[in-house]
Amino acid sequence: MTGTVGMRNVADGSEALAVAPALPRVRRRRPPEVVVVARRALRLTKTKIGLGIVVFVVGFAVVGPFVASPPPKSIAGAPFSTASAVNWLGTDALGRSVLSRLLAGGWVILLCGVIAALIGVGVGAALGLMASWRFGLRDEFIMRSLDVILSFPPLILGLLLVSVVGPKLWLIVLAVALWHVPGTGRVVRSVALEVRRRDFVQMAEAIGVPTWRIMGGEILPNITSQVLVEFGLRLTWSIGLIASLSFLGFGRQPPAPDWGYMIYENLVGLSVNPWGVIGPVIMIALLTVGINFITDGIQRSVIGIVRESDAAG
Amino acid sequence: MRERWLHLSPLAWFVVRRLLLGLVTLVVVSMVIFAATELLPGNAAQAILGLTTTPARLHAMELQLHLNQPFYTQYWDWFSGVLSGHLGHSLVDGRPVSSLLSNRIVNSLTLVVLAGAIGTAISIFVGLYSALHRGRWLDEVLGVVTLTLAALPEFVIAIGLVILFATVVFQVLPPVSIVPPGQTALASPRLLILPVVTLILATIPYTIRMLRASAIEVLESDYVAMARLKGVSSRRIVVRHVVPNALPSTVQVIALVLSWLAGGVVLVEYVFNYPGIGQAFVDAVSNRDAPVVQALALILAGFYVVMNLCADLAAVLLSARTRTSLQ
Amino acid sequence: MQLASPSPDIAKGGTSHANLEVSGLRVDLGASGRDIVAEISLTVQAGQALGLVGESGSGKTTVALALLGFARPGARIVDGQVLVAGRDLLTMSPPELRELRGSRVSYVPQDPVSALNPSLRIGEQILEVLEEHDYGGSHAARRERMDAVLSDVKLPGNRAFLRRFPHQLSGGQQQRVGLAMAFACVPKVIVMDEPTTGLDVTTQAHILETVRQLGREYAASTVYVSHDLAVVSEIADHVAVMYAGRIIDMGRAADVLGAPEHPYTLALRQALPELKTRRVVNGIPGVPPLPGHRPAGCGFASRCRFAASECRSEMPPLAELRPGRFVRCVRVNAVRQSDVEPAQLDEPSLRPPSQPGAILALRNVRAGFGDTEILHDINLDLMPGKCLALVGESGSGKTTLAKTIAGMHAERTGSIVFRGAELEADSRKRPVETRRLIQYIFQNPFASLSPRRTIGSIIAQPLKLLTDLSRAELDEHVSRSLERVSLRPELVARYPDELSGGERQRVAIARALAVEPELLLCDEVTSALDVSVQALVLKMLRELQRELGLSLLFTTHNLPVVATIADEVIVLQDGYAVEHGPVSQVLHAPTHPYTRALIADSPHLVVTDEVAAGGGETGGVPHP
Repeated sequence: MTGTVGMRNVADGSEALAVAPALPRVRRRRPPEVVVVARRALRLTKTKIGLGIVVFVVGFAVVGPFVASPPPKSIAGAPFSTASAVNWLGTDALGRSVLSRLLAGGWVILLCGVIAALIGVGVGAALGLMASWRFGLRDEFIMRSLDVILSFPPLILGLLLVSVVGPKLWLIVLAVALWHVPGTGRVVRSVALEVRRRDFVQMAEAIGVPTWRIMGGEILPNITSQVLVEFGLRLTWSIGLIASLSFLGFGRQPPAPDWGYMIYENLVGLSVNPWGVIGPVIMIALLTVGINFITDGIQRSVIGIVRESDAAG
Repeated sequence: MRERWLHLSPLAWFVVRRLLLGLVTLVVVSMVIFAATELLPGNAAQAILGLTTTPARLHAMELQLHLNQPFYTQYWDWFSGVLSGHLGHSLVDGRPVSSLLSNRIVNSLTLVVLAGAIGTAISIFVGLYSALHRGRWLDEVLGVVTLTLAALPEFVIAIGLVILFATVVFQVLPPVSIVPPGQTALASPRLLILPVVTLILATIPYTIRMLRASAIEVLESDYVAMARLKGVSSRRIVVRHVVPNALPSTVQVIALVLSWLAGGVVLVEYVFNYPGIGQAFVDAVSNRDAPVVQALALILAGFYVVMNLCADLAAVLLSARTRTSLQ
Repeated sequence: MQLASPSPDIAKGGTSHANLEVSGLRVDLGASGRDIVAEISLTVQAGQALGLVGESGSGKTTVALALLGFARPGARIVDGQVLVAGRDLLTMSPPELRELRGSRVSYVPQDPVSALNPSLRIGEQILEVLEEHDYGGSHAARRERMDAVLSDVKLPGNRAFLRRFPHQLSGGQQQRVGLAMAFACVPKVIVMDEPTTGLDVTTQAHILETVRQLGREYAASTVYVSHDLAVVSEIADHVAVMYAGRIIDMGRAADVLGAPEHPYTLALRQALPELKTRRVVNGIPGVPPLPGHRPAGCGFASRCRFAASECRSEMPPLAELRPGRFVRCVRVNAVRQSDVEPAQLDEPSLRPPSQPGAILALRNVRAGFGDTEILHDINLDLMPGKCLALVGESGSGKTTLAKTIAGMHAERTGSIVFRGAELEADSRKRPVETRRLIQYIFQNPFASLSPRRTIGSIIAQPLKLLTDLSRAELDEHVSRSLERVSLRPELVARYPDELSGGERQRVAIARALAVEPELLLCDEVTSALDVSVQALVLKMLRELQRELGLSLLFTTHNLPVVATIADEVIVLQDGYAVEHGPVSQVLHAPTHPYTRALIADSPHLVVTDEVAAGGGETGGVPHP
């Protein structure tokens, strides 16, 4: 790294200890930061494990409905019968095959979680970016009113809305997404403000680069990694929240199979056939933990990149 | 000097402003809650009298319940009632909401206080230990454990504990909390164990990671390096340098995490059938019991707002730099 | 591996004993086997000061820390002896080492702010070092000692002051607290790592005087690490110059700096701007090798104009040319014969002025933030093709003035006329042509180049916006600007973090030049660079100015730089222009007391034995 040479007053003293690996001499354009971050993250064991788990669970949930036999809604035996050759995981409270219901009961939670996180983080990031630009009274007002949403514990918010409209899936997705907006907005706003203060952005503003171009070309590329980390965290929470609401009975309604609701309805027979509960519990656990491992890997890789570029100058 | 009572220091002003903001937030929250529940299809009069009733009696009941008044009048009736302790009557059994709550509030508070206190103590020890032994085997293991716990939704942790300790694997603890009516949960402490442990496991991952990160940031800072160059002992470094500098962000996270308990308590009580306000809330939502929903949502959200307020104040007051720069 | 001969004693014949003796010190990069510094041997007598000089990458901070037995994370002390009052630090156990640090040998860090705990009061932090070493045996004795050392470093000792937190002190006060902590236990050895970097010239002068005084009073051995030759010459009795992890030149300060015998020291002398003489400065092209990438022979060979083949094949030994004079070079004779003083400046511009009258005129300009006014009633004229320097310390408003002219700071009143037309306060409201003709260069070259863009894209950005050239013409302009600043055109595909600080600053200049401006606003553009790199950039700016007929507005706090680059100078104090005129006049015959104080406080290279007599005087401006 030739970074610190020729420069004094570098934060960590006058010499750079070559702790990070030497940068490759690229001849082509460097790949976008997201790709760099992803590649570095994948070098860590934790990320690889997380990715493996997530791939397994997602595959299970997406392919599941097509291979579930006997059909998840039909009776396949006596209620709470134990694992047998016919029903590998036994039957549930109404006698339906636990395995079939397990295969078919995940994709809705997964889809809702992903959509809620995407909408929430997307809208939140956009609002945060806009709020980082102007400081008028109107924008302060918007931020404050959004903060009201933050004043509700997310579960309470969801339950409140459900108590009004009824257990509609779209409502739950919207409620969860709504809860993400102010939090993401605040994070993005503070990061964008920090980037905006840097000299090269001031230079761009001074020579007259239009605002939208600065946001897209200078600010956005420098905040994508943090937004990615935020998305990862919120995806975990989204899935957790939606599963919780399903568990309480406000998600996908019976008789359709649903991991969250399965746990609730099979709790009674825990001592007879535990698989009705253990199955979905393990699936939800694997999914959330896997995503969190990946997010952690990405977070470490982002910090590592920031440290390297700090040391380089 | 003589006008001191008028001219509070900037620090005091900050606290006052923040408290006012909290109050305003509570009021706005209450409005949102009221507005949301008032959008219920059907009206309260119908729900009380049932479906088979004469239009005349329906009309009379509506008048009695002030349902024909404009929104803000209804809101004010409700809100002033809340402030004076009258929380309305349950639509399900007509009993006053406040009588429903007294024992339940104590129960829920017991959970929150126990989980908060024990959880905080554990996270401080574990967090500091991890930071001081960072990179070693135990720290790595703890890192994975906290990462895992942080990802799991509370009800999964709850069910997991039930499976482990109450039914399938071991059967040492009661899976369901059956508290004799009229008593609080404190009378049967064994019932408290699983719910409290669930809440602790759901919240300490965040505080441990935060404390560890702050402590490491301090340990790797220039001023700690300088202290070592002055010959200061490690013990003294931890006490005089690490703790005061890691404190603000840690306390802030603790307060935030405690605020999440407002949601966590709902799920946990539901799983364990624990007679607290969380369980009552879920029941009320299922029954579309508006007055109960309103009252409990207000209490839960209120707790959340208060804890957030504490977090904000802690962040500013505990850090010497922000505290003095405001003075 | 023990050194056969004892550590070189540069004050041979003295009767006072050496508090600090270092021999064969070597610090490696982790377990890699590659050294950061090696073969470090030096001696410092009681009451004497040794200046350890080097630019970034030389390893001087590593040596400074090793003198306390400390290595930064990632570094390991693998060999040598560090004797403090006869005891070897490197063989001690951690508790013994802890006992010595702060009491027998202490350290004053470069950055005072980050060295102080932000949550502890000042008094507590000074007391801490006394308590930790149980000085005096009682609390009362410690308080008494604290009062004494506070008065030694000229800080108030009252309770209110001691109850302050670090961020409530000025930079100078913070550094004095650092000094107090270092001197509290009356150490035998003091190691100071660039303790005045980042401080104002006036503050620096006072701190230097305090340090000199204390070193003598306490009869301590002082090691003063710095990149600044002038400062070192004012304070040190002896000097050791470091390059690429080795000591390459060592001896009495007047000898080493006055009559350089090593090519690197010679080059450093020639790169140093001088306040009283306007002369050309010559930089050193290339970059020093980093740990792990050092060549087999002399580390300086690739950049040395005297290098011969034997220099590249084998590392020259540190030879004792005369008693007390050590040089690591085999080409000493060639160096002795070359001239230290380079040519004087005086070449006329190659182009006639672009217009009659001033190209930039400010009248009654005031600027500020909200209620605070920073610049008060500034008037100036910049003639085309000339360089006007804006000199001032931090807080004087020089950066605000540059930004106001550039249009980056819009809160201003008064008139700014450029090429006969009034300028809008906000640059975004100015016509495209004006934005093109005025270009601004920032101080920090990393922050001013977008880390996510290639060099080519960075330079092309203003071109795309402010001109309407075709794609092919753009590429040509970009290559040409890179060549003008002596950078290889292949760099267009690189990213900023692959370049050195000096290269990055040249890219920033190339970006400004690409659009062919008429006015360049250079805001402290060399302040963050090493002396040798600074000289390169200054010389380049000067040549470009001549070639292209550019007008330059150059802000700096460094007076010698002004002598090298500017034709006229304005001195700013707290937002007021207190003096202005041609450089030779202002620097040789200043009229305003502030200017006189600045000139007196600026460190200048001392090449006689003035140091023994107590050095230069300070300017008489009150302590910060």
